[in-house]
Amino acid sequence: MTKIADNVNPNVYEKGSAREITFTERDEDITDEIDEREIFDLIRNINDPEHPLTLEELRVVEEKNVFIDNNQNLVRVYFTPTIPHCSMATLIGLSIRVQLLRSLPSRFKVTVEVSEGTHMSEHAVNKQLADKERVAAALENNNLVQIINQCVANS
Amino acid sequence: MAKLELLQTLTGHKGIVWNVSWHPNGKVFASCGEDKVIKLWSKEGESWVVKTVLVDGHQRTIREVAWSPCGNFLASASFDGTTAIWDKKSGQFECNATLEGHENEVKSVAWSPSGQLLATCGRDKSVWVWEVAGDDEYVCEAVLNAHNQDVKKIAWQPSSDVLASASYDNTVKMYKEDQLDSDWTCIGTLKSHESTVWSLAFDKTGKRLATCSDDRTVKIWHEYDSENQEGVIVSEQDSKWKCVCTLSGYHTRCIYDITWCHVTGLIATACGDDIIRVFKETEDSDPNAPSFDLICTKLDAHSQDVNCVKWNPLGNNELISCSDGGEIKTWKLIDE
Repeated sequence: MTKIADNVNPNVYEKGSAREITFTERDEDITDEIDEREIFDLIRNINDPEHPLTLEELRVVEEKNVFIDNNQNLVRVYFTPTIPHCSMATLIGLSIRVQLLRSLPSRFKVTVEVSEGTHMSEHAVNKQLADKERVAAALENNNLVQIINQCVANS
Repeated sequence: MAKLELLQTLTGHKGIVWNVSWHPNGKVFASCGEDKVIKLWSKEGESWVVKTVLVDGHQRTIREVAWSPCGNFLASASFDGTTAIWDKKSGQFECNATLEGHENEVKSVAWSPSGQLLATCGRDKSVWVWEVAGDDEYVCEAVLNAHNQDVKKIAWQPSSDVLASASYDNTVKMYKEDQLDSDWTCIGTLKSHESTVWSLAFDKTGKRLATCSDDRTVKIWHEYDSENQEGVIVSEQDSKWKCVCTLSGYHTRCIYDITWCHVTGLIATACGDDIIRVFKETEDSDPNAPSFDLICTKLDAHSQDVNCVKWNPLGNNELISCSDGGEIKTWKLIDE
């Protein structure tokens, strides 16, 4: 991208360690439900659209901001833009949504929202990300899908 | 109480099925969705089967289909920015007119009760009114830019040329042609919903309107004309629409569609929580402050979001619904 990034010099944080596979997870006879950590693993390596860094390294996504209710089939992810006027917020949210849409079973209702108080247009971004019709239309836009695919390519 | 009995599950569409539309005779319906095809279904014995598949009309998702009141024309609104008109004059269904003009996604299309007017709306925040000018000829009568966001749905009043539109800007607007200068104007804004209004449906009189929203409520609006006995102040315009009832606490997610049967008076909703609900007006309901009972909750009606519900126009308590999961279901409401 030729455009200068919104946040030219973002804080970079260390990556967390890989998840430990527990004994019960190896046991095929035990049903284990999808947990927060597994959802986090699906999105932590999504690339930032502007920097060669992952959303985890920029602390846009954190495990503590991922919630799942297996009984109700609900998944809720809050993400934190690096700066309050980040113009990429919708695109980042869309990448998270697409990644979860593609990887989780279809029974899940996925909500992706900006962490409260971290973006100037928080409400507008949340409304757009929650509007499945607009998301569906956006995903028919080849240019946009290409950008999103680049973001989620390594996750 | 009542229950919705599943009659049939129809598969065949790939991806999201966005909309279904009954032919006015109640014996045929059309469906459309993400796979860019329109399917026409009719009954063979007791079961619905695909009779015709309309392909190559659109380059992108088909969001809505609507039959003309005479039943001879089918209009389809697409994310490709066009609205196609299909008819069977040659013996089989083909697209004989394409309405162009919207900047991007067309979200909804509706025929006026006379069949002489057609309205479309879309992502470009506008509502277009088209006049049927002759064989396969449609002329744009008006471009209405009253909304300041994406327009989701439009519907005509059942017995007059008054148009209603629902929008992402949380409002509903009404439009009418001024008889003096034949200009179409917005004659009212209905404000009360706190998020996107996804759909709307008039009752049989056209004096009442039901709307559903992302704010998880259904609202019932009543039209008061300038001579109303209730003392509702009607300034400048011919009439004023007032919210007379809010159904809240019933839906747990966004309500994508609503249908109001013109024969039975029953209201059904399609919700993002996969549930179909049916509401009935109470016996002693006050027209100025009506009350409705939830008479049926069909849990897991679909395995994903329910996008559309439509009562059969014959008033036989038959209902069709469709979903993100790609299936269409037909139901019968039975008293218990």
